[in-house]
Amino acid sequence: MSAPTNTDTVERKGLSPRQRAQRSRWIQYAVLVLLVLLAAFTADWGQIVSVFFEPEFIRSAFQDGLLNALVKTIEYTAGAFVIGLVGGTVLALMRLSSVGPYRWIATAYIEFFRGLPAIVVFIAFSLLPLAFEGLTIPWDPYGVVWLALGIVASAYMAEVIRAGIQAVPKGQVEAARSLGMPAGLATRKIVLPQAFRIVLPPLTNDLILLVKDSSLVFIIGVSADGYELTGFGRDLANTYSNLTPLVTAGFCYLIITLPLGVLVRRLEAKAARAR
Amino acid sequence: MALVEIKNLHKSFGSNHVLRGIDFTVEQGEVVCVIGPSGSGKSTLLRCVNLLEQPQEGQVFVRGEDITDPDCHLDAARQQIGMVFQQFNLFPHLSALANCTVAQTTVLKRKPAEADRIARANLERVGLTEKVTAFPAQLSGGQQQRVAIARALSMDPALMLFDEPTSALDPELVGEVLTVMRKLALDGMTMLVVTHEMAFAREVADRVVFMDGGVIVEQGPPAEVIGNPSHERTRTFLRRVLDPTHVEPAS
Repeated sequence: MSAPTNTDTVERKGLSPRQRAQRSRWIQYAVLVLLVLLAAFTADWGQIVSVFFEPEFIRSAFQDGLLNALVKTIEYTAGAFVIGLVGGTVLALMRLSSVGPYRWIATAYIEFFRGLPAIVVFIAFSLLPLAFEGLTIPWDPYGVVWLALGIVASAYMAEVIRAGIQAVPKGQVEAARSLGMPAGLATRKIVLPQAFRIVLPPLTNDLILLVKDSSLVFIIGVSADGYELTGFGRDLANTYSNLTPLVTAGFCYLIITLPLGVLVRRLEAKAARAR
Repeated sequence: MALVEIKNLHKSFGSNHVLRGIDFTVEQGEVVCVIGPSGSGKSTLLRCVNLLEQPQEGQVFVRGEDITDPDCHLDAARQQIGMVFQQFNLFPHLSALANCTVAQTTVLKRKPAEADRIARANLERVGLTEKVTAFPAQLSGGQQQRVAIARALSMDPALMLFDEPTSALDPELVGEVLTVMRKLALDGMTMLVVTHEMAFAREVADRVVFMDGGVIVEQGPPAEVIGNPSHERTRTFLRRVLDPTHVEPAS
């Protein structure tokens, strides 16, 4: 039996695509290892630990009310989220209204507060008591914080909710109307429940952004026991001339945001399955 | 007095003149099937009967009330007109039972217990006693369409509109929906049905209306319109529907 004669097959030179991909992957690993080694040998680890992760300062951060600051962050965020949700829903419905001026007002509001850096709104709120003498916003400091955060959040959420309302198929409204439901009832009973289901993942994303935006509260100038995580960490870091309290406060944000991130992915997976 | 009376109805979508002067009545207890090629305006005509489409010209009277009058209490008028859609349009966030009760409790202001009883009776009527707690996504197309029929019936309508109720169904599920509709017709329900099911139209309809190009070409008992059509357009349409693979001798 003779060996097969490959007169038809073309002789190709060089590496196959698989070999090339393999080589590229090895190079990437080598670069990574090199960089890690470089960092490990050049950095002053003792110094880094004592500046960023000093156990003694972590302990004193807990003693000085880190948990209180964590609770404040959650309280500020939760209240602002409720205001944002209610305000956002109203704005979304206004944007879809058949009454022209409602649409214009909602559009102007959304575009204005979405385009403005949140910090500008907070600076404005910090100056309000100076501009209007005798002006007091109730439930100090919650009232002013919730209002400032909520005003910004409602602009973001309005657009998300509007998209959700418009994502509800037209046939749903037709079915509701054909049963004799007036437009408002159909919106409340049929459209909004479905819209909120659709916007739950993006709305949770907005909540994560809101948790981080609550760090801007220190600009308004609340008293020390009203400090949320950033204000608390910054204050303590200044006192000790050490970054450890700020880093500790930073990790506390992750305690809130990481579970929310997991929740978003779960909700998205669930929505994808339902489709 | 006719239950539905339509006078000189015109409807355009932009430059597309879909309905070009429809005059048409449905009597109490009558089952009328509307047939015709796609784009002939059948669905639009049906959607004008409960004003889901606003006609540009003409009038629609339901029980003598002109529903095209801008001051008509349209929501009240719609309560008497049940509608079944091609795509079912069940409320996906509500169970089969809640789909049937939501309008009863909110629109008709029935007590929850009464609405519940009526909804269950209608779900039984369409053969879905076992599925009351199921959500639409858990039901087959045929089951969903039957829930949609029960939902419309729960409002005690005087008239039922069916907009191609079996067109979105797998062939083996068509029968269960047609059976329910046939039973409704036997019970004396007034029905206006847009359909491609010629066998159903022939057997169940009191009258068949053939539409083409936005006008009613001919209408009459099924034996005449389907069995022995007098217009060439009707014959051509029926030939295509009943014998789709037929090759014209001329071609």
